[in-house]
Amino acid sequence: MKKLLWLGLVLVVFAGVALVGCNGAAKDDKFKVGVIYIGEPGDAGWTYAHDQGFKAAVKAIGEDKVELVIQQNVKEDQSATQAMEALINQGAKAIFATSFGYMDYIVDLAAKYPDVYFYHCSGYKAADNLSTYFGKIEQARYLTGMVAGSQTETNKIGYVAAMPIPEVVRGINGFTLGVRSVNPEATVKVIWTNTWYDPQVEKDAANALLKDGIDVVAQHQDTAGPQIAAQDAGKWSIGYNSDMSKFAPKATLTSAVWNWEVYYEPAIRAAMDGTFTSEQYFEGLNEGIASYSKLSADLLKDKGIQAKVDEMEAKIKGGYNIFTGPLKDNTGKVVLEAGKAHNDGELLSMMYFVEGVIGTIPK
Amino acid sequence: MNGLNIFQDLLASAVAMGTPILFTALGEIITEKSGVQNLGLEGMMYIGAITAFLSGLALTATGMPALTAMILVIIFAALAGSLIALLHAYVCLSLRANQIVSGLALAIFGTGLSYYLGKVFITDATAILNDRLTRFHFADGIDIPFVGQLLRAFLNQDLLVYLAYIMVFVVWFFIYKTQRGLNLRAIGENPGAADAVGVNVKLSRYIYVMIGGAFAGVGGSALIISASSVGQWGQGMIAGRGWIAIALVIFARWNPKLVIWGAYLFGIAMALESRAQIYGWFDNIFILKMIPYIVTILVLLVTFIFSKQKDIGEPESLSKPYDREER
Repeated sequence: MKKLLWLGLVLVVFAGVALVGCNGAAKDDKFKVGVIYIGEPGDAGWTYAHDQGFKAAVKAIGEDKVELVIQQNVKEDQSATQAMEALINQGAKAIFATSFGYMDYIVDLAAKYPDVYFYHCSGYKAADNLSTYFGKIEQARYLTGMVAGSQTETNKIGYVAAMPIPEVVRGINGFTLGVRSVNPEATVKVIWTNTWYDPQVEKDAANALLKDGIDVVAQHQDTAGPQIAAQDAGKWSIGYNSDMSKFAPKATLTSAVWNWEVYYEPAIRAAMDGTFTSEQYFEGLNEGIASYSKLSADLLKDKGIQAKVDEMEAKIKGGYNIFTGPLKDNTGKVVLEAGKAHNDGELLSMMYFVEGVIGTIPK
Repeated sequence: MNGLNIFQDLLASAVAMGTPILFTALGEIITEKSGVQNLGLEGMMYIGAITAFLSGLALTATGMPALTAMILVIIFAALAGSLIALLHAYVCLSLRANQIVSGLALAIFGTGLSYYLGKVFITDATAILNDRLTRFHFADGIDIPFVGQLLRAFLNQDLLVYLAYIMVFVVWFFIYKTQRGLNLRAIGENPGAADAVGVNVKLSRYIYVMIGGAFAGVGGSALIISASSVGQWGQGMIAGRGWIAIALVIFARWNPKLVIWGAYLFGIAMALESRAQIYGWFDNIFILKMIPYIVTILVLLVTFIFSKQKDIGEPESLSKPYDREER
C-alpha cells in the first residue's frame, strides 16, 4: 500500500513537470526575445523596472510580432549559461541578460551562437553579436539630490546603500553633488546594508539614521523599507528604481527611475529587421533611460525647486558632465582639476566618495 | 543624540528584530523537546510570511479595524505554519523517514511554495500592506535615567512583541510546571517509558510538531505585519532567520527562559550593523554582517566548555523515530 502511495506521488510529480513543460509549446512565427532576470518582477525594484521596460517595448512593437520568453531567479553562475541556452532552444533570437555577474557566461555563449544577438546590462565586454548597455542613473540622482538638499531642515541627509560597488558609489556621489549644488551646508551619511533585499534590515538602517537627526532618506536598495521608515517618522525620502510614492505617499518627494524601454524598443526592432550593430550603450537623461518621477508638490518646501531642477536637467541633456572639476573626495584630496571631467571608463570604476559624503567604502 | 537615547534606540530595535526569531525558536524548542528535529523553520517562516501578506491584504480590504485584521492574520499564519509542519510530522512520524532530510526538504519546499503562491496571487508587484501593527506606548513619561530608557525599549513595542514576552512564560510554564509538559519532556527523553505509562507518543509528537510550525508561521508573519517591518512581500525576505533560530535553540539549551535573551542578542547584533556605522564605532559592513554568526559560535563554545553539567539540555531521543514494535 505504501509503495503504491509513493508510486502515485512520483507519477503525479512527473505529470506536473510534463504539463509545465508543455506550456507555451505552441508554434508561431513571432520574433522571440529571451530574457534572464536576477530576481523576479515582483520585487518592485531592479527586476521590476526591467520587466516594465520589456513589457512597454513589446506593446510598442506589437504583441502579435514579438514575444518574450523569460527565465527568472537566474543565478550568476553556470546556471546562467543553461538558462540562456534553454531560451535559445525555445527559439529566442535575441538574449538580454540583466545583471553584471552574467558577463563571462554571455561572452562564451555569444561566441558559440554567432547568429543570436546578445545584450548585457552593466557589463563591459562586447563582441560582434554582443552589446552592452547601462544608464547614467547618477544624473537622475543628481536632480533628486537637488530636491533633497532644498528640503532638509537639519542639513543631514541619509543614504541606505546595498553593496560597495561602483554602480552604487556613483549614485551616492551624483546624489551628493546634487544636494550640495543647492545646499552646500548639507551632508549625506551613507549606511551599507550588504543586502539587496531585506525589508526589515533596510528599514531599521533608515530608522537609525532618522534617530541621528537625518530628515531626508535616500536609498539604493530593492525594497521600500527606507521610504516606509521616513513616512513612519514623519520625515521625507527619495526613492529609487520606480516611483515609490505609491509605497509611501506622505514621505516620497521624488524617485530616480529607470525607463529601460528607451533602450529595449529600438534594440529589439534592430534585431528583428537585422540591423543590429554591436555597441556599448551608456546614456542617461538625454535619452530618458534614467529620469525622475514627478515631484510631490504637496510635500515640497521650496516651491521654486522644480524650476532649478528643470534648468539643470536641460544642462545635463545638453552634454554637461555632473562629474566636472574642481572635485574633491571626502578626505579633501583633489580628484579632478577645474575644467576636467570623468570619462565613461572612470565612471564605471568609481570607488571614492565626493566631498560631503560621510562614510567609507569598505575594502 | 546622547548615549542613553542611543542605548534605548539600539535596544528597542534589537527587541523588534529579535522577535521573529524568538517566536520561531520557541516553537522549535517545543518540537525538539518532544524528540522531533525540524530543520524546516526557514520554509515555515516563508509560509507564515506569505500567508500574513495575502490574508492581511484581503482582510484590511474589507474595512475591518486594523487591529482585528492583524489578530486574524496572526491566527492564519499560525494555522498555515502548522499545516506545513504536518507534512513533516507525517513523513517523520508515520513514514519514519530521516528527520534531518525531511526538515531540509521542508525548508526548500516551504520557500518554493511561498514563492509560487506569491507569483499566483500577487498581480500587482507594488502591493504593500499599509495597515500593520502599531506600537503601544506603555513606558512614556518615566523620567528616571537609564531605567526609563530600558523600560521604553521593552515596553514601547507592538502586539507581537508583547505576545512574545507572554509566550516565553507560557511555554516555560507548560514545559516545566504542568503534567502535559512533563509528558512532553518524557517522550523526548525516553518515549518507551512514556508509552509504558500510557502517553500516546505518536499523537503527542504530531501535535508538538504542529505547534512548532504554528510558532514559526507567526515568526514569519512578524516580518510582514510588525511595526518594525515594511509590509512588502518579496523572495528572499526571511534571509536566513530560520537557520539562526535553529542555532538559537542549541544556544539556549532548549530552555525558553534563555532563548529570549539569545534572540535579543541576535537582535542587538543586527541592530548594530547600521548603528555602528552611523556613530562611527566600526565601519566595515562585511565584518558587521558576520557578528551574529560569530556570536553564535562563541556562545556555543563557551556554553559547551564551561558548563558544569555535561548535559547541555538536548533531549535524549531527539531525531530518533519511535516505534512501539521495535523496542
